Amino acid sequence: MTQLWDFSGGIHPEQHKHLSTACPIRQSSLPERLILPLQQHIGAPAEACVAVGDRVLKGEVIATVPGAVGVPVHAPTSGTIEAISMHPVPHPSGMSDRCITIAPDGLDQWTGREPIADYHALDRDTVLERIRQYGIAGLGGAGFPTNIKLRPPKDRKVSTLILNGAECEPYITADDMTMRERADEIVAGLRVMAWVLRPERCVIAIEDNKPEAIEAVKIATENTRTEVVVIPTKYPSGGEKQLIQILTGMEVPSGGIPADIGVMCQNTGTAIAVSRAIHQGEPLISRVVTVTGRAVSSPGTFDVLLGTPVEHLLAQTGLDSQQLHRLILGGPMMGYTLETPGVPVVKTTNCLIAATAEELPAPPPEQPCIRCGMCAEVCPMELLPQQLFWHSRAGELEKAEHLNLFDCIECGACSYVCPSSIPLVQYYRAAKGEIRVQQAELLKADRARERFEARQARLEREQHEKEQRRKDRAKAAAEAQAKQQAKAEDQPSDDHAARSTLVAAALARKKAKAGKTDAAGPATTDQAEPPDLEALEKQLAQATAKLNTMQSMLEDARAENADNVEQLERAVAKNHDRVKRAETALAGARN
Amino acid sequence: MWTSLLIAVGVLLVLAVIFGGLLGFASERFKVEGNPLVDEIDSLLPQTQCGQCGFPGCRPYAESIANGDAINKCPPGGETTIRALADLLDVEPQPLDAEHGVEQAKRVAVIREDECIGCTKCIQACPVDAILGAAKQMHTVIESECTGCDLCVDPCPVDCIDMITIEPDIRSWTWSPPRSGIIATDRAGAGA
Repeated sequence: MTQLWDFSGGIHPEQHKHLSTACPIRQSSLPERLILPLQQHIGAPAEACVAVGDRVLKGEVIATVPGAVGVPVHAPTSGTIEAISMHPVPHPSGMSDRCITIAPDGLDQWTGREPIADYHALDRDTVLERIRQYGIAGLGGAGFPTNIKLRPPKDRKVSTLILNGAECEPYITADDMTMRERADEIVAGLRVMAWVLRPERCVIAIEDNKPEAIEAVKIATENTRTEVVVIPTKYPSGGEKQLIQILTGMEVPSGGIPADIGVMCQNTGTAIAVSRAIHQGEPLISRVVTVTGRAVSSPGTFDVLLGTPVEHLLAQTGLDSQQLHRLILGGPMMGYTLETPGVPVVKTTNCLIAATAEELPAPPPEQPCIRCGMCAEVCPMELLPQQLFWHSRAGELEKAEHLNLFDCIECGACSYVCPSSIPLVQYYRAAKGEIRVQQAELLKADRARERFEARQARLEREQHEKEQRRKDRAKAAAEAQAKQQAKAEDQPSDDHAARSTLVAAALARKKAKAGKTDAAGPATTDQAEPPDLEALEKQLAQATAKLNTMQSMLEDARAENADNVEQLERAVAKNHDRVKRAETALAGARN
Repeated sequence: MWTSLLIAVGVLLVLAVIFGGLLGFASERFKVEGNPLVDEIDSLLPQTQCGQCGFPGCRPYAESIANGDAINKCPPGGETTIRALADLLDVEPQPLDAEHGVEQAKRVAVIREDECIGCTKCIQACPVDAILGAAKQMHTVIESECTGCDLCVDPCPVDCIDMITIEPDIRSWTWSPPRSGIIATDRAGAGA
């Protein structure tokens, strides 16, 4: 007998499970239209990769996820893409989201299925990638992509793998019926997950109010090391953190994940989906949904194609719309009221309750808190619901956060026992939402401040640089001007000085000669005098020398009676003139 | 008698000098740059940098508040910011000063891109550099960085910038608190 622990708090609401366990799982008929929301998981929404009018086969990918977190969406049957548009989706807000609408052609024609014969031969990453590509997200409720969950952080070794078959909420029997009828598939899926994670211990936990399921799973796990653990019925034992506490006695740290303490929880439905992806090559295109409540005549559990509108399911169970008071998606504790029955079944839809007015009456009016403390007694997370309520209502969000508001699993036990019928969980949900919005705004404001400051710094720097450039330019200009001025001043003064000294020297010479008194005349002639005399003398000497050579050449030519006598005579005459001109010039200069 | 009096005075004097020196040293050694209150006030302002308060950005207004200015001049922050500021400064919250504008739903600037002439005037006006573009090239607003301050609308010579109210969608939706009406039918859908 495996040792079991207990978690604090918890309640024992009326079960109402027998309603939908009377007959086996039925196959839901094909609706006229399948509506597939692009976001059925946590993470980025998928992007449609088909166009309106395209024909798709069963199992074909119709939307892919570009990011790391998210899984693709597959066509649940063969047909034509009718629209890619906004359509109401199952969400507490009752809002619309992007959906792909398929009009089935009734042929149910499969695209190529590729089962893996022996996954042991493959790489673990390959198997995980297939789990992702086959659209598997947790079928338990949150819809976390299974491939990411199956890859815990490197430093966290998962030693205990728990398959959650507790199904503690009233009315819901989807997991119960699945375990009764498909225990073999569950065990096959568990084997794949265990092979990926290599845990030391594999546990299938089932509440003791499901004897048939326990029996079936025990038969399926015979001769394996998988433990089947029967746990006492108590809400919310199916909560991940509570189940871990029951089975291991350990608590998941606040804000942490089960892998932090070496544990992982998977849903039984997820195990079947994994098994089908690996062994049959079928993507996640259908799931088991409980349709129950006293407003339907034949409640039961259905194998439903994803995208089947809720109203189509209700029609198959004989809904008495006169009796219908509230349509609830999920369980009566944690589910929410559907505003329209037109929304489709998605990967996380496990139960549909068509309740009559007597069954789930409108909540009685909220009365003042009488501080009885019952909420604190039943809180499975050991929080202080009363304090959280005060602070949430007063808008003292910081104080509520300080009291670990975010550890609240919103199980609804406190609201259930509250004698003043205060909708406590709704206060907590609103406070959580408000805190998240504020955090997002703070983050945005911080980024805006950063950008603003960066811009201010940039503008200042640019201004400074501009100023610096302007200064540099001004400085360069001033220097250039100064240089030019200096040059301009230098040159004229030198010239002037030279000239004045020359003039002074000339005047002095003239005075010394004491002859001529003309001021302008001697200045010019005297200026040319010294070079002229020398040049003239040189010129004269050159001309005389040349004349002499010419004359000697002429005499030689005459003696030899040569042809060039005439030319030589002309040249000699010319040289005579030159010598004479030089002599007169020299004589003139000397005067 | 005089001696004891002088000793007492002397001891007190010495003590005064020692502690004076210590305090003087501490005030130099542990000097805080700037006013920490300004930072705290600034962190409460919405950082739209819209200038509706009459100051060129949120920080100058924070500085002014620290120096005793009114806390009700910030329309983008609205009641929430006024309450937070009143809490921080321990003063009575005042209603928003309508002179500076009214509280509006969150908005974002969107450029009608086919009408943009690429004048870069809006880029120069944007206080958080959230507009992308170059001269004679089409501009566009980086939506995630836009603070909805409105400052780019006026400079646009062709009026191609719209301020669009951000509609709540399924991803930004949050639970609303239950209506505490005493009549049961008021709380239809309270659930849980």
